[in-house]
Amino acid sequence: MNQLPILPLLPLLFGSILAVLAGLWRPRAAQVVAVASAALSLAASLVGLLRVIPDGSMSYEIGGWPPPIGIEYVLDPLSAFMACIVALIGLLIVIYPVDAAFDLRPTRGVPLYPLALLLLTGLMGVMLSGDLFHLFVFLEIYAISTYGLVSLGGDRATFAALRYLLLGTVGSGLYLLGVGFLYFSTGTLNMVDMAAMLPDIADSPTVLGAMGLIVIGLALKMALFPLHVWLPDAHSYSPPGVAALLAAVQVKAGAYALVRILFDVFGPAYTETGGVPVSTALIWFGMAGIVVGSVMAIRQTDIKRLLAYSTVAQLGYIGLGIGLASPIALIGALLHVLNHAMMKSGLFLVAGGIIQRTGLKSIPRFAGLGKRMPWTMAGFAIAALSMVGIPPLAGFWSKFYLVWATVDVGHWIAAVVVVGSSLFTMVYFLKLFEQVFVREPTEDVVATAVEPSGRVVGTVSVLGAAIVLVGLFNATIVRQVIAPIAERMLG
Amino acid sequence: MMTGAYPSVVVRVVCALLSPFILIFGLYVVAHGHYGPGGGFAGGVFLAVGAILPRLTLSEDLSYRIVPVTMGPLAGGIGMLLFLLCGVIPMLYGGAFLDYAAVEVAGIGAPRMRYLGILAVEAGVGLAVFGAMVTIFDVLMGRSEQ
Amino acid sequence: MIDLFLARYVYLFVLVLLAVGLYAVLAKSDLVKKVIGLTIFSTAIYLFFIEGSLQEGGTAPVIDERGSDPALYVDPLPHLLILTAIVVGVGVVGVALALLVRLYRTHGTLDEDRIAARLAGRDDEAARGQDDEAERGRNGEAAPGRDDDTSGGASGSPGDGR
Repeated sequence: MNQLPILPLLPLLFGSILAVLAGLWRPRAAQVVAVASAALSLAASLVGLLRVIPDGSMSYEIGGWPPPIGIEYVLDPLSAFMACIVALIGLLIVIYPVDAAFDLRPTRGVPLYPLALLLLTGLMGVMLSGDLFHLFVFLEIYAISTYGLVSLGGDRATFAALRYLLLGTVGSGLYLLGVGFLYFSTGTLNMVDMAAMLPDIADSPTVLGAMGLIVIGLALKMALFPLHVWLPDAHSYSPPGVAALLAAVQVKAGAYALVRILFDVFGPAYTETGGVPVSTALIWFGMAGIVVGSVMAIRQTDIKRLLAYSTVAQLGYIGLGIGLASPIALIGALLHVLNHAMMKSGLFLVAGGIIQRTGLKSIPRFAGLGKRMPWTMAGFAIAALSMVGIPPLAGFWSKFYLVWATVDVGHWIAAVVVVGSSLFTMVYFLKLFEQVFVREPTEDVVATAVEPSGRVVGTVSVLGAAIVLVGLFNATIVRQVIAPIAERMLG
Repeated sequence: MMTGAYPSVVVRVVCALLSPFILIFGLYVVAHGHYGPGGGFAGGVFLAVGAILPRLTLSEDLSYRIVPVTMGPLAGGIGMLLFLLCGVIPMLYGGAFLDYAAVEVAGIGAPRMRYLGILAVEAGVGLAVFGAMVTIFDVLMGRSEQ
Repeated sequence: MIDLFLARYVYLFVLVLLAVGLYAVLAKSDLVKKVIGLTIFSTAIYLFFIEGSLQEGGTAPVIDERGSDPALYVDPLPHLLILTAIVVGVGVVGVALALLVRLYRTHGTLDEDRIAARLAGRDDEAARGQDDEAERGRNGEAAPGRDDDTSGGASGSPGDGR
């Protein structure tokens, strides 16, 4: 089973090409190929996760060349955890029906499934890579797929995709520049080797500059305030299925890369000293992102835009967790990655279901949907309550760990911000609840609406069930999977 | 429009004469990636130039007959599949992805196997880059069938 | 000071190019100029890598009759990295150009401010109209000449069967 580290990646890569060919033959076949690839990848990721938790990390050499010369793939608990999230959300999204994924009339020859599979390939490669430049290549692979996927949403989406392209490529360029600085200082690109060499040169301005550049580049990919400006447009104009994929896993790739590079490659020698105040910056920008995202979300009337700004806020939580750099904070951040992936994709899929049956996107017109689409709205209720942070749902636990971490460190402002933002979240979700569950229908489309198609309800239900299960079994998940990761990285 | 017969006879004749040589040079660059600058990426671009130059300068039906519109996506797909096959076949023999030496063929030693593997991969990459460039050009010109 | 400058002047050019590229991406209002600025930014990064791989008196990293002492050749790894990065950059520029073509066919202009104004100017009516239009789209009727969100004009030709 020593092929395991690359197995989550290969089905997706093959699948993307086969999906193009299958799509030429018959349009439905592309979706079948996509579902099969995603399922295989999920199976491989789960097996990987179950293998590495007891046995420790596995490494894999591409081309048979050993690490400093060759590219290494590393499957350790963090990679396997992220790979499972990516594969699970990916599988659910490709099962979701296409015509709900497009809130506009589907256009001919739409390369949705090949692009989605390429996106998943890129994400999986980012999670599994053990080499800094290889990470850049996969970062660009998934970024290019997202530019294409976002532009599928129509004319406004094309403009948003172009602006996202410009900013995203600048971000990748900064990351590459940082990697270049590191390579010229250490002579290696392999993460493990570099982690061994970096503590000795901790006061070299080149390396500190590299850290700054890499953090800025990845923060742009992760949509951390103030580099989040591409996200609201890109997520709200893209089709709901695509937006689910983007919000749930794409931005998390940047967060994962940041965690991996800051804590594994640079290590505590860099994050704790004052050379480049990365931790402080992450904390303050994270808090700003939380506040700005939540406040802007309250003002929105379009549901997808509201969810997009909410994503900005949630990424602020993750940034805050990374910045605090204590084991508990990292547990909170990683748990929030998992929770937000499930919650936000569930919410976007519900939005897609609403658009499928009623064509409506603006919240004031949603009145009375709860009675007409009980199952879908039940899933929506679970996801929304979890986002607010109601125990025992999943979302409560990640906020709990984050608040604990802020109190532990003594950062009272951050604690207040985290707790206060939950109130903001409650405000905008209560608005939605009121519309959906309390009011009577004001639109004919709503009054005559039926439950969305089976696959929509199915995927939403799976996510809702997952949120409940993760919330109930939270202690097990944290103890078995996440706490060891945090302890190893920061303990 | 950018495609279609260029008004000047000199341009048309010279480009028609040069295109096959550019294609041959592209193949040369792909094949000599081992020994000098080149390899799949640069060779693929040359091959694509050999296909795009007729589109810019010769009459449309001629240039689209020489390299039809379907050639772009097809070549790209075949190139990528070739690359992935070269990567996965060693895995069937128990080696790592892209570990050419793991493939045991009678009479060919490991260095020679790696040489052949690299050549095959470069050919795949060259084909894929050729397909990608031609596809981009065709789509931008609005002529793609997709 | 002068020695430092003479030894490292390429890095100064890299810095200038990075600044020029970034300025073009952020400040220019024409979308094509933004894409050009992106290319300049990327090229500056490639230049940085190539410069860093240089060695005194080294030659191209292909083993020839000089022997196999690594000090005689420049470092080949940055060259490989840049080759890959260039191809990635080409892919990005290809996608950018395709998006630009689509935007041009829809709006007739490539000026960012004008496009944003057009999109925003129709925002209120579009938000209401989009909901209606999506409903009508459900019922299979053609939308009355609206071209805001649903005109994916690039690959469509008038006679295509869908």
